[in-house]
Amino acid sequence: MGTDFVIAAIITIIGISTPILLAGLGELVVEKAGVLNLGVEGMMLIGAITGFAVTVMTGNPWLGVLGAAAGGALSALLFGFFVLTLNSNQVATGLALTIFGTGLSSLIGLSFVGRIVPQFGSSFPPALSRDPIGRLFFSYSPLVYFALAMVFVVAWFLRRTRSGLILRAVGENDLSAHSIGYSVIGVRYLAVAFGGAMAGIGGAYFSLVITPMWAERMTSGRGWIALALVVFASWKAGRLLIGSLFFGVLMWLELNAKAGGLSFMPYAGSIPSQFWAAMPYLMTVVVLALISMRDRGGSSAPACLGKPFLPAT
Amino acid sequence: MNDRLPNRLELIGITKRFPGVLANDNVSFAVKPGEIHALLGENGAGKSTLVKMIYGIMQPDAGDILWNNQEITVANPKAARKLGIGMVFQHFSLFDALTVLENIALGMDAKIPQRELEVKIRAVMQQYGLLLDPRRTVATLSVGERQRIEIVRALLLDPKLLIMDEPTSVLTPQEVEQLFVVLRKLASEGCSILYISHKLHEIKALCDTATILRGGKLVDTCDPKEETSRSMAEKMIGAGLKEIKKPANTLLGRPKFIVDRLTTRPDGAVGIGIAEVSFTVHVGEIFGIAGVAGNGQNALLDALSGEITVRRGEAIRLDEAPIGAVGPTERRRHGLSAVPEERNGHAAVPEFALYDNSVLTARDRMKMVRSGLLRRGVAKTYTDKVIAEFAVKAQGPNATAGSLSGGNLQKYIMGREILQNPSVLVVSQPTWGVDAGAAAAIHQALVDLAAEGSAIVLISQDLDELLSLCNTLAVINEGRLSRPMNIEDVSIEEIGLLMGGVHGESAEMAPTVVPPTTIVAPTPMAPEAEPAHAH
Repeated sequence: MGTDFVIAAIITIIGISTPILLAGLGELVVEKAGVLNLGVEGMMLIGAITGFAVTVMTGNPWLGVLGAAAGGALSALLFGFFVLTLNSNQVATGLALTIFGTGLSSLIGLSFVGRIVPQFGSSFPPALSRDPIGRLFFSYSPLVYFALAMVFVVAWFLRRTRSGLILRAVGENDLSAHSIGYSVIGVRYLAVAFGGAMAGIGGAYFSLVITPMWAERMTSGRGWIALALVVFASWKAGRLLIGSLFFGVLMWLELNAKAGGLSFMPYAGSIPSQFWAAMPYLMTVVVLALISMRDRGGSSAPACLGKPFLPAT
Repeated sequence: MNDRLPNRLELIGITKRFPGVLANDNVSFAVKPGEIHALLGENGAGKSTLVKMIYGIMQPDAGDILWNNQEITVANPKAARKLGIGMVFQHFSLFDALTVLENIALGMDAKIPQRELEVKIRAVMQQYGLLLDPRRTVATLSVGERQRIEIVRALLLDPKLLIMDEPTSVLTPQEVEQLFVVLRKLASEGCSILYISHKLHEIKALCDTATILRGGKLVDTCDPKEETSRSMAEKMIGAGLKEIKKPANTLLGRPKFIVDRLTTRPDGAVGIGIAEVSFTVHVGEIFGIAGVAGNGQNALLDALSGEITVRRGEAIRLDEAPIGAVGPTERRRHGLSAVPEERNGHAAVPEFALYDNSVLTARDRMKMVRSGLLRRGVAKTYTDKVIAEFAVKAQGPNATAGSLSGGNLQKYIMGREILQNPSVLVVSQPTWGVDAGAAAAIHQALVDLAAEGSAIVLISQDLDELLSLCNTLAVINEGRLSRPMNIEDVSIEEIGLLMGGVHGESAEMAPTVVPPTTIVAPTPMAPEAEPAHAH
């Protein structure tokens, strides 16, 4: 394995980690507010197709990203209307959102099959990524740097700002937050919309960066990995970054195993790609077990996660 | 207090209706600046509803709220705080996963940087002697410490009216005195206090005026210093209070329940374990365990009920049978019943019907299960009997446990255990948050059970309850149990010291110890204090 190979691998891993990092950051904020939105996969697909469509129509991938965010947020608000206003079951509604998003994106996508979109320009002057080390730092799509910046923004927001404190309070004890006088439903709507926007941008990463064309179900289950990632990171933004890279390695191994290209790893050639595909979920379960062993039955999950808000009248 | 001052708060004809209930019916009273005004009434009398409307959590259906003689609408708690109304809730609205500082910051409407806020918090804590580390996570604090957060949170807002909902149930006598010092100081600074309590002697000691509610209606507004506890209790309940009939001078029988050097592991970062706890309860004895919340009472109850088992079975013996190593079901078969402190979710499943809740603990002794199938009829008949004999206000055995008020649910739970005729009953906080009528019924049931030859372990933070019921009393502090004392030989001061962390003989030999954490005012008998934690 030469240096070039390692650097190329790292660049690929960072690339494939980005969409789950984006969607995971959004879902982290949603879950911190006490809402479990299992519709990440659906929102990513809606983001992928709206981002693609807007880019095709305007010729500008940046407007496409905005469109993806809007599409993801709108689908999330639809979910929000059901679970927050109508108090429907969050798990069932989230699953429905995934099914809905898959179908709707395929439907919209019919008229975009075979179209090609303009690419993002490079983030930095090309001169910077002429040598391998330069490529390692400066060769990514702008969305990669955006995702990285958002890790710090989300961590700072949750830990250092008053709004972040209120959001956590709503997720920990909605009735208390309500009795102090905060709008539980309002905070949750904002969080859900943010989560949808981030998932939408994560989806657009597939249709605008990885393969600049539309294909049905092109997110191929990464929404579920993003959900597992939030648990894996035990609801902390910093760990989410580390976890996304770790999952990125596993996804990279899976892709290589599929292509029969794991010959560089001794013994690994005979491991089927499905093994690597299953690893993120397996690791999430292991992490969950470790957390609850450390906290003796406790959990670091927000206490109101997935519960409807039913104030006494 | 000055009678010529304009009213700070006045309620005129406040009425609030819920489906099927008239929670408040034309209630009117007024509070002066600097007045400590008691709000007295049974559970369900409408006290909580009334203060919720003052604090803006609910809106009245009819009637006016006047603030400094101005008619106002309190739209929400934020508006209430803006007016200068603070509230300390009975059920703390705290966030377990957040720190003390974050919890207080959430209650502040003004945006203060956390560092500045911490300085302010420390100042208020210092001023009123409410000691607490602002950076600790709430989950690691005891009930008493949690209440201090609520009080500090309210005081930081510099309130003009402070509403206190049952504030003293978790405090030691010294802490209660200290709280009263705080409240009197606040009142002397012009802050009005609306004080909800069931403890009549506290109201007599503290309050200038008492408003008594019954069934949503105002019964009387009186001067508690001119009333007796009994006369106020009678106004509150509406009928003569029953005196607890204690069999005169009971002779205790043979040893029934023996706990021998029982030790459990501390429960994670949150709880504490118990260490080398030994005591003996005789036939017909009520053995009381006093102590401030969070000193191992929960671990002790869990260890006695069988939720926590120990390897050495002999650590707990019932009629010489070692039961320390077996779980709750097996212990119930031996005749040991336990009632934990938490009613909803621990002693009963709120979503379940009462008869299902009966099955949960009475299935073996009352034969509610045959070859793996439930016998609903038996369960319902038994539940009917509990409801009838313990005067539980419930819509029959099909009512869910969660639909009952706290006092009624507690009566049901006590009845469910007592009618199984246990030979040993372990109860924790049986009258916590229960109104005086229900409390008296529960107390009578305990005394009767003991008279019939059961051994009872009563864990409580209510000293009045312990002193009036128990034959023997011990104090738990940091997981250790003091020497058992005959009830005739104990003094409130001694118990207070033991609760504050002075163990066993040292309390008698050196009655001068002022532990650093709990007691601020030294007792009068402490001229040459030698601060030491006697372990």
